[in-house]
Amino acid sequence: MGKYQTFQYDVVVVGAGGAGLRAAIEASAQGAKTALVCKSLLGKAHTVMAEGGVAAALSNVDSRDDWKVHFRDTMKGGKFLNQWRMAQIHAQEAPSRVRELEEWGAVFDRTKDGRILQRNFGGHTYPRLAHVGDRTGLEIIRTLQDKGVHQGIDVHMECTIRKILKDGDRVAGCFGYQRESGRFVVFQSKAVVLATGGIGRCWEITSNSWEYTADGHAMAMWAGADLIDMEFIQFHPTGMVWPPSVKGTLITEGVRGEGGVLLNKDRKRFMFDNVPEMFRGEFAETEEEANRWVAAVVANKLPDARRPPELLTRDVVARAIRREVREGRGSPHGGVFLDIASRRSPSEIKKKLPSMYHQFKELADVDITKDPMEVGPTCHYMMGGVRVNPETQESTVPGLFAAGEVGGGMHGSNRLGGNSLSDLLVFGKRAGEFAAKCALQTSSFGSCDDDQIEVAARECLEPFDESHGENPYAVHEQLRTLMQHYVGIVRSQDDLKHALVEIEQLRQRAAKVKVGGNIQFNPGWHLAMDLSNMLDISEAVTKAALERTESRGGHTREDFPDSESEWGKMNLIVRQEGRDINVSRRPLEPMPAELQQLFNK
Amino acid sequence: MDEQVTLMIYRGDNVQGEMKEYKIPVAPGMVVLDAVHAVQATQAPDLAVRWNCKAGKCGSCGAEVNGRPRLLCMDRMDKYPAGEPIAVKPLKTFPVIKDLATNVSWNYDVNKKIPAFKMRDTKGEEPRFSQEEADRVQEFRKCIECFLCQNVCHVLREHDEKNTFGGPRFFVRTAGLEMHPLDDENRLDLLKDQMGLGYCNITKCCTEVCPESIAITDNAIIPLKERLVDQYYDPLRKLYRILFPAKKT
Repeated sequence: MGKYQTFQYDVVVVGAGGAGLRAAIEASAQGAKTALVCKSLLGKAHTVMAEGGVAAALSNVDSRDDWKVHFRDTMKGGKFLNQWRMAQIHAQEAPSRVRELEEWGAVFDRTKDGRILQRNFGGHTYPRLAHVGDRTGLEIIRTLQDKGVHQGIDVHMECTIRKILKDGDRVAGCFGYQRESGRFVVFQSKAVVLATGGIGRCWEITSNSWEYTADGHAMAMWAGADLIDMEFIQFHPTGMVWPPSVKGTLITEGVRGEGGVLLNKDRKRFMFDNVPEMFRGEFAETEEEANRWVAAVVANKLPDARRPPELLTRDVVARAIRREVREGRGSPHGGVFLDIASRRSPSEIKKKLPSMYHQFKELADVDITKDPMEVGPTCHYMMGGVRVNPETQESTVPGLFAAGEVGGGMHGSNRLGGNSLSDLLVFGKRAGEFAAKCALQTSSFGSCDDDQIEVAARECLEPFDESHGENPYAVHEQLRTLMQHYVGIVRSQDDLKHALVEIEQLRQRAAKVKVGGNIQFNPGWHLAMDLSNMLDISEAVTKAALERTESRGGHTREDFPDSESEWGKMNLIVRQEGRDINVSRRPLEPMPAELQQLFNK
Repeated sequence: MDEQVTLMIYRGDNVQGEMKEYKIPVAPGMVVLDAVHAVQATQAPDLAVRWNCKAGKCGSCGAEVNGRPRLLCMDRMDKYPAGEPIAVKPLKTFPVIKDLATNVSWNYDVNKKIPAFKMRDTKGEEPRFSQEEADRVQEFRKCIECFLCQNVCHVLREHDEKNTFGGPRFFVRTAGLEMHPLDDENRLDLLKDQMGLGYCNITKCCTEVCPESIAITDNAIIPLKERLVDQYYDPLRKLYRILFPAKKT
């Protein structure tokens, strides 16, 4: 161990987005010596890209809202595969977490009477998303960052963690490298919190940044932890489709929350024909009714109409858009139209959706106050992740915690918009709290033995082997294309089996990638290392998707198009055993009667 | 636009380096960051460049394109004259780590000096303030920390006064706290004694380059300067302070 730079902490938090920052703040507040380790500069994490808002039943705009309605919406959105206890804790604690942000200096948009304003979003019965225009994530990350820097947390920026180190069954620390110098580093710790985000870089069209290379998912699996719900990927219905440069870049659901409508090339609002059985009766049936709802919302009144079908859950809207395009009713560049220009005034659009206005004007030469946007689905969010104890966020490996997108179970088969920012606050706090407790109750550090570290270091340096010859960028590109076409929005047994064969071939090639230059700030080398995470997690997703022979939420099977009640009682667990990645079934925990009755209305 | 474009990219570190030429094919709507990525994927895998959101929201990819500070992800290639090479250099004000990545850690050190938000006592009531009050500070809170303003500020760029001057980014941040309707902290001493607000002679270079269009000079720096003048140089106040010393205004 002496060969490498070594640090000792009670708690190491990996990832400095909302979940990681919130976890580190809490761990530190509990008295644990805490490190926050992140791949980018502090404040640049994926959370800054969250736009629409944070869901919390504050009931500032509609007094009928409460945690029970939020809980019910979340479970329905997840098609009842969610770990009910996580969904319950989330709905109950989100309001406190949002108010706490205000006490730490966050400035949310205001209601007329000066309270935190809330907006409508898909799948939420009432206006529930506290927001700051369309840059809510930036506000949250900056608030947490500014809180965190005064709290005595050590921040290790531009440092990538590659491996969880174990002493017997429990966590002993983690191993990684400094991106700038390329030097290896060992963090010895009593607890590790994974807050590494998602896996979107395995797909070609994605709203996710370079950081989303499945690091935490893979490290947890390699360390022996269970993953859950890995077949469920959220394709956000509205990504940009043109020009190619911005394909996949996110367009906030807030556009539809503010009254935006989806149109096909015949200018038809096709979402009226796409209301699933489960939501029948809850959405407007005519354009007139939908318009009445928007008019009431704009006028700050309680609507006497049902909401527009554009605000159905993301899985439903993404599939509907895909169908319009497949059946020849798409826009010129293979999407559909999202129109806000004919619904709201230019000044309202610029006020409520400023970064959308800017993004389209600068990058697509479209003025969204005058013309419709072209949109299509983009890989956005990983519902699946590390299986955790709902109360503590501890994984099945003692001392290893997970929060935010890398955690699994909260969202079931489909996440509602706005529930991600609240998820990372609620469970980030809990992960930090319980990781600190775990660390403070542990008397001594586990041993990070040299063999584990040497193996990890050797693996990292393999791409400098002179006998290699593959380009890491090319292998990555092929993986992305493969996952896009064979493990995308709609899947089939043949496609998934094909994908497994191809993943194995790509793995052979990934073992032979070669990078030039030296270890200092070398993105080619960094990507070469990341291929192993992405390949293993792509395999995990594909195997889980093959196993689930039904369609539900973010998992649609062409060959099994319906939801099956038996599958509705079952989560899939992915675990690495030896070198094999295996899938098993796990029955859902029964929901207590008092929660069950919320669905009997 | 031509099918091929020539990029001249700085390769090297703080000690030595050179502008290297790369040719890549162009696609419609391409931004400079796409072009740099294309070079990375096909010709120079170890080319260092920071990026994250690719939509102007995270402020990671600041650099100087043909001498102008820009976010690479928002800088359209078709704005530049066809057939002419495009030069991409790292931000000048900060030491180069490698290629286009610079060491901006000084900014994080300055940030730490600024006292945190301190909630005023709302006597147990839910805090309330109007959207108009929110608007004023939300403008400052839009900042994505790209540090382009720091890069062009002559106090930092030409005079390298990093020990005595905070720079526009942190005047914006301080303004966002000082004008926050719920804040109860006083940062005027800090602005005067440690952040050198007086060095700013309002040339508005920072405002010009801000990708978020924050009116840095007019809305943040000038009002803060006025507050300093009121606090420290108003003769009546000075007398009052001598007669009634108080810990804050």
